[in-house]
Amino acid sequence: MSAYVIRGVRPYGEEAVDIVINDGVITELAPVGTGKGEVIEADGLIALPGFVDLHTHLREPGREDAETIESGSQAAALGGYTCVHAMANTDPVADTAGVVEQVWRIGREVGLVDVRPVGAVTVNLDGKHLAEIGAMANSAAEVTVFSDDGKCVHDALLMRRSLEYVKAFGGVVAQHAQEPRLTENAQMNEGALSGKLGMVGWPAVAEEAIIARDVLLAEHVDSRLHACHVSTAGSVEVIRWAKSRGVNVTAEVTPHHLILTEDLVETYNPVYKVNPPLRTKKDVLALRAALADGTIDALATDHAPHPHEHKDCEWGAAAMGMLGLQTAFSVVMETMVEPGLLDWRGVADRMSVQPARIGGVESQGQPIAVGSVANIVVIDPKAKWTVVPEALASKSSNTPFAERTFPGTIVHTMYAGRPTVIGGVLA
Amino acid sequence: MRHLLSAGDLDRDQALLILDTAAEMAALSDRSVKKLPTLRGRTVVNLFFEDSTRTRISFELAAKRLSADVINFAAKGSSVSKGESLKDTALTLEAMGADAVVIRHWDSGAPYRLAHADWIGGSVVNAGDGTHEHPTQALLDAYTMRRHLRDGKGALEGVRVAIVGDILHSRVARSNVLLLQTLGAEVTLVAPPTLLPIGMETWPCEVSYDIDSVLPKVDAVMMLRVQQERMQAAYFPTAREYSRLYGLNGDRMRLLPEHAIVLHPGPMNRGMEISAEVADSDRAVMVEQVANGVSVRMAVLYLLLGGAKELSE
Amino acid sequence: MGSARAHDLRTVLSGDDIARASRRIAHEIVEKAKGASDLVLLGIPTRGVTLAHRIGKAISEIEGVDVPVGALDITLYRDDLRLRPTRALEETSIPDVGIDGKIVVLVDDVLFSGRTIRAALDALNDVGRPAAVRLAVLVDRGHRELPIRPDYVGKNIPTSPTEKVRVRLSEIDDMDLVEISAGGEE
Repeated sequence: MSAYVIRGVRPYGEEAVDIVINDGVITELAPVGTGKGEVIEADGLIALPGFVDLHTHLREPGREDAETIESGSQAAALGGYTCVHAMANTDPVADTAGVVEQVWRIGREVGLVDVRPVGAVTVNLDGKHLAEIGAMANSAAEVTVFSDDGKCVHDALLMRRSLEYVKAFGGVVAQHAQEPRLTENAQMNEGALSGKLGMVGWPAVAEEAIIARDVLLAEHVDSRLHACHVSTAGSVEVIRWAKSRGVNVTAEVTPHHLILTEDLVETYNPVYKVNPPLRTKKDVLALRAALADGTIDALATDHAPHPHEHKDCEWGAAAMGMLGLQTAFSVVMETMVEPGLLDWRGVADRMSVQPARIGGVESQGQPIAVGSVANIVVIDPKAKWTVVPEALASKSSNTPFAERTFPGTIVHTMYAGRPTVIGGVLA
Repeated sequence: MRHLLSAGDLDRDQALLILDTAAEMAALSDRSVKKLPTLRGRTVVNLFFEDSTRTRISFELAAKRLSADVINFAAKGSSVSKGESLKDTALTLEAMGADAVVIRHWDSGAPYRLAHADWIGGSVVNAGDGTHEHPTQALLDAYTMRRHLRDGKGALEGVRVAIVGDILHSRVARSNVLLLQTLGAEVTLVAPPTLLPIGMETWPCEVSYDIDSVLPKVDAVMMLRVQQERMQAAYFPTAREYSRLYGLNGDRMRLLPEHAIVLHPGPMNRGMEISAEVADSDRAVMVEQVANGVSVRMAVLYLLLGGAKELSE
Repeated sequence: MGSARAHDLRTVLSGDDIARASRRIAHEIVEKAKGASDLVLLGIPTRGVTLAHRIGKAISEIEGVDVPVGALDITLYRDDLRLRPTRALEETSIPDVGIDGKIVVLVDDVLFSGRTIRAALDALNDVGRPAAVRLAVLVDRGHRELPIRPDYVGKNIPTSPTEKVRVRLSEIDDMDLVEISAGGEE
């Protein structure tokens, strides 16, 4: 593998250096202009460890019309990611070693990011029978994160058992917290607006009650719990309380829950239909504060591609979910960096270090330092860009940010010492 | 006015214009020849994804009295039930040259989507969407109240209205609250707490759980249909208990002031939310509501379609 | 409303002229109908209705009997609905005696293209079957586009097609006056 030098870049926004990369590893942080190797210009730009997404829907196998492992990997690389966790709710469900190995293998063949399959907790996500968690953990894919995402493991006994069972493999259960009876046919956040719009409400308590139950279960069986896409101020309070008790719980928040609020539903445009639903301004502010103080450990995109026809329809008939990989960093830039809630080391922590730790991916989230695997994203914080849905790499275009102008662009992405994105385009 | 999607979209002047126009339409309906040439050559499509014979017939009659061509497009027995999307249905209607689409849909917001998604160019009239709104019902209710309580003129300042029943699932209630507020009436919603939406405190109305304390103070009481199947979802224990606590029977009707009227959007569950004695009493104006519905819908169709397309916005 | 426009205004009928014309029309109507017994006056809103009431009053003064006066809104029968924004409806009130077998006199302020009267004839057709329909106008300004002719005219006023004829009646406008202004702006 050849040598590269990222010239004049500022790691974590600090002093400019040449990052020298040999055989996939950072071998030197040299004074600007002195590094040897194929030069990648990055004068004055910022280098961070490559982003790690804990929550990506790649749709393959089963819905290759919406996204493939290849197109999703491209979107990830363009968004500054070097690792994604592919959610299990594919068709067939990733509930056996065979499926997770297939996803893992295709990810390796595409070779743009680490594709880490997430295994289902229960067979076919049915919430009734434990999937072969051990087989998935011991497969070539080495699955450590288990989730029925899209559905909640709502049976308390089954949740207890899965929390216990994953301990044998050092795994974590990533819970999609949604009490099913409280959210039957739910369409949007429950509040004054859902009442006005005549939509079935999705109460905050339906999420908070499950998280509260699960942190107590995790404490009781001394296991690891991860709360997916936390969306309410109440959930933040519960997690903060659990952490203060020493419960081994981590949590993620999506970019869209950091920036969008429920009033967008008034347009009845299904591009804003998402699970969990967009909440209120108060929730948004609580989530930002929680990500800033570490109560919420990580940003996770919940990148959820859907074909056009599942969004170009009436609200009730539409699918839930939004694209996220290519806009995640800019949302963090706008909501966290610019207001001063996170500095660059903070961004590196929430978008790379913590998700890598939670996902158990040793080669990811390493610091920009000699000896680290060269997973690096180079950012231009001063540039602005406008989201054009059709121009995104994803096979779908269901971004809620069409026409929106954001700060911060991804200039280069290095994955395991090899450029995947150069100058904002796939290398 | 290009579309009629929500009663909340109407300002006071627009609402009064519709009611005044409806009054003229009603006068014309008394004549031997009830048909007007006004919308000759215009096509109105009744696009009904939910069964509602009453509303559909009312719109159909309104359009026909104005000489529009009417196409009834029922989801049942059409390609919709075979899975055709609202969008494709809309594109089909557009290709057929529909000037207005009167839509009834189970999904809240479907008419708004139809009007704003760039699928069709014509006017959209919301004939009831999910648990959201039913603006022409609110207009005909206001028209009926105005006739009885305000001599058919002006707005409804100071008129006190109780709406009783399943507010949570009622598009009639939502539209009525918005329109009655615009017209200056004072609304009290009466229901068990399970059948009231979260966030009611932001609505421009009072809320009560006690029908008996409300009835003596109102000029009109509107009873909403309560679906028997709500019992299964634990909204209330039994039909009998609901009827006992919230139904309008003869004794309760006698709590109303002398001049007060009883409305119901129909179809009624006699013995459930309203007793036969009340339904058949001379305070009940249900039959008149039906007739007024035609006049109001004529007014709406005329005001939406009676002028040049590009100028009527 | 600029001063240039005010300068272009030309009075063609004074209040006295209007009063005389109305009385004359009343006499002519009675004369032609051989009395007032079968008469029904229907004004076309807005100022036609006012004129109809004035003429009706004049006839009752002449004949000593009340003549039924009503209003006939022709908006829903217009042939130019699609050329303009939607119009608000005006009042229609047909006197209780109805119009079947009656001599209906349509009353309007200005007769121009004749399309209003065409619409009024259509509207009448849906109300009933009069024995005869006649037409009274305060001003006939010419430029007919249909084969329609008034039976009673207050004054024939030659105009150019772009000029505007404005009738003001005291019940509505606080004064009686007919003016002509150069066309162009409304």
